[in-house]
Amino acid sequence: MTLDSKIPEGKLEDKWRNYQVKSRLINPANKKKLNIIVVGSGLSGAGAASTLAELGYDVKCFCYQDSARRAHSVAAQGGINAAKNYQHDGDSVYRMFYDTLKGGDFRSREANTYRLAELSAPLIDHFVQQGVPFAREYGGTLVNRSFGGVQVQRTFYARGQTGQQLLLAAYSQLYKMVRAKKVEMFPRSEMLDLVVIDGKAKGIIVRDLVTGELKRFAADAVVLATGGYSRVFRLSTLAIGCNGSALWKAHKKGALFGAPSFTQIHPTALPQSSEAQSKLTLMSESLRNDGRIWVPKQKDDLRKANEIPEDQRDYYLERRYPSYGNLAPRDIASRAAKERIDAGFGVGKLKNAVYLDFKHAIEKFGLETIKDRYGNLFTMYEKITGINAYKEPMQISPAAHFSMGGLWVDYELMTTIPGLYAIGECNFSDHGANRLGANSLLQASVDGYFILPNTINNYLASEIKTDHPTTDHPEFEKSEKETKAHIEQILTINGTKTVDHFHRELGKVMWQECAMSRNKSGLEKAITQIKTIRDQFWSDVKVTGHDKEMNTELEKALRLADFIELGILMCTDALEREESCGAHFREEFQTEDGEAVRVDKDYSYVSAWEYDNGNFNLHKEELEFEFVKPSVRSYK
Amino acid sequence: MKVTFKIWRQEGPKDKGAIRDYEVDGLTEEMSFLEALDHLNELLVLKDEKVIAFEYDCREGICGQCGVFINGRAHGPHDNITTCQLHMRSFNDGDTIVVEPWRAASFPVIKDLVVDRSSLDRIIEQGAFISAKTGTAPEANAIPIPKEISGRAMDAAACIGCGACVATCKNSSAALFTSAKINHLNTLPQGKAEEHKRVAEMTFQMEIEGFGSCTFTGACEVECPEGISIINIAEMNARVTKSRIFG
Repeated sequence: MTLDSKIPEGKLEDKWRNYQVKSRLINPANKKKLNIIVVGSGLSGAGAASTLAELGYDVKCFCYQDSARRAHSVAAQGGINAAKNYQHDGDSVYRMFYDTLKGGDFRSREANTYRLAELSAPLIDHFVQQGVPFAREYGGTLVNRSFGGVQVQRTFYARGQTGQQLLLAAYSQLYKMVRAKKVEMFPRSEMLDLVVIDGKAKGIIVRDLVTGELKRFAADAVVLATGGYSRVFRLSTLAIGCNGSALWKAHKKGALFGAPSFTQIHPTALPQSSEAQSKLTLMSESLRNDGRIWVPKQKDDLRKANEIPEDQRDYYLERRYPSYGNLAPRDIASRAAKERIDAGFGVGKLKNAVYLDFKHAIEKFGLETIKDRYGNLFTMYEKITGINAYKEPMQISPAAHFSMGGLWVDYELMTTIPGLYAIGECNFSDHGANRLGANSLLQASVDGYFILPNTINNYLASEIKTDHPTTDHPEFEKSEKETKAHIEQILTINGTKTVDHFHRELGKVMWQECAMSRNKSGLEKAITQIKTIRDQFWSDVKVTGHDKEMNTELEKALRLADFIELGILMCTDALEREESCGAHFREEFQTEDGEAVRVDKDYSYVSAWEYDNGNFNLHKEELEFEFVKPSVRSYK
Repeated sequence: MKVTFKIWRQEGPKDKGAIRDYEVDGLTEEMSFLEALDHLNELLVLKDEKVIAFEYDCREGICGQCGVFINGRAHGPHDNITTCQLHMRSFNDGDTIVVEPWRAASFPVIKDLVVDRSSLDRIIEQGAFISAKTGTAPEANAIPIPKEISGRAMDAAACIGCGACVATCKNSSAALFTSAKINHLNTLPQGKAEEHKRVAEMTFQMEIEGFGSCTFTGACEVECPEGISIINIAEMNARVTKSRIFG
């Protein structure tokens, strides 16, 4: 299979315009006749569904939550980047493009990344128009702050609730189109299979999570906007319901999976405190603007943080990366924390954390200013830990966070199955091997609002003439039957262990071998271990209740069955890539002082995996750097 | 840590439902309340019983999906938090903890502790938006919005839509929810064009959905995880009057 990225011709700054000029259009009367399914109602899904509906398409939007407003975009705290250069600090589209490409360690496409930066400024205009109450100066202009991996201030924010405010704007716009009867919304509905007819995506099989009924939906195109899959680690910053099932079903039906192992481990989450823990809460990276990260210089220091004098504190990020300091990119900050914790300098009850200290910031700017900037984050920290972080430092620890990997898509955001699109976190497109802070809300929104509505027409223009799919097609019959059998199989095992038991087992293996630091023998061992977990799951899992009712245990089991298979692919991908790049750190490839060694001559490609009956075949999209010369990423 | 849960079990919307007792051992203070329920569910599976249906998603207090009555209070014993932010350290060893779903006619029970809050989505549908299409926006800094104005809009916009305000209100009023959204949009210059229509239609929908009237007891703001003030309701009422005169 040759992977055609469909990058338009021309100079970097002309590519998107050149694409739009040549893309085929559909007249309004014909748009009405075309149906589009959007799976997921987060920023990308709601943005796409509402915008496609505004353009005149007939849209059906699905989410597993009880309302579109719950999608996990809601939890993003810190902000959204845009090259507005409002701070007059030398920012530009090109600089933002370069920061993003470099932040991703040169493992993404130039053209995609440039487009992301190019569309960032109009996106802020859009959200302001939709009523997002971004932070403002007294004079009424918009405020910016810095984020990791960047030396300008280009992050827009709404207190520590930026994701919530953007999502609610998207949700409002979505419901505006529900009222206009152009979008039909299906909450509490989970996609369990993709239906492919004559090689094209033509519908989905959905389980109604209230009645358990399987339903068929046909459409002229299917858009997946299902978010990240880091719950494969079980403990992550993601919502408990986040899953990789829609992606996995699409993968099994022929969509190639891009860079599955590229997972961002976020440096500032709350540490794990017990085995029963279900989730690791994120503390926004924006805290690193004013907070300083440190551990005691002395091993097993039992003193309280405030009792340790300045000269006995190791501000290790400032020490190792003097030019970026506490704002080093996430992958680097996480690895540095892991290095200190593994070396025995960790703090907290389980010695698995580092300090994030605001003492100096409070002395410098005053308590009120810090409260104004991060008040709700400090409140949240206190609610969860019972600790007042104005008085003593926060304890933070790395946690699985963002999936840079996802379904491989071309410049049009179409997967390798014609008519199947993947937008937002669930695709592999702009972030390469590491995502910069505040680029996630950006990518989700830009994909949904601006890119997909301008590319989907190029495909649908030819679908007007073909017959519209109907749900009585044998492929729907077949998919529904297979889904039913899959559910019945899980329910009849009646073993001795719970779904969560297997998820904890999977999580341990993935965290140990396929997270911040990876090596050949560990990954090989992990693949064997996960296969054992898979076999045990299918012979010994116990799910009570039946399939014709709301059954949350069954939902978990179905998601976990897919996570287990996805885990094998992630380890396979990490094993294949014999270099260190971005978040992918192979222990065999590092300098003497522990920095990553990238191997451009052998690995300057996007790995795109094809599913082959339980095995995976590798395809490569070679990355061509026409405008930028990949350099050694340094934040020193 | 060992506690006795008294939990509302109800098979479906038409079932009568009843409280059932569960003695649970092996809990720790660090566990969140929802993790304690997870733990109980694992024990139930191993005893071949159906799990308790309860809602959650983000487990960090922002998605608004979780929410149950705990010992007679929405989201448990503390003010202004979500159920997922409640930890077992707030209870004592040997405690009895009563867990019930939100009780409101407009939030019918689906199963056990899960209720249907789609009535809130339908209020949003009636005008909680700015009718501007993607692609039509002017430059973001073209309309200055003073810090205090955007701050006030943000205070109201913080609502997570959990429904605790409705559940705790003796009248099952959705006035805090509705007023928060109206004030968010009507405070901003972008929302001005549709301000009167928005107020009229959203408050009308609130009544159609069967939510009760507000009698200013202030119970809602105590339970609101975002601490949204009942001043919002007073402001909404003023806007209703204004919209009747000028709308």
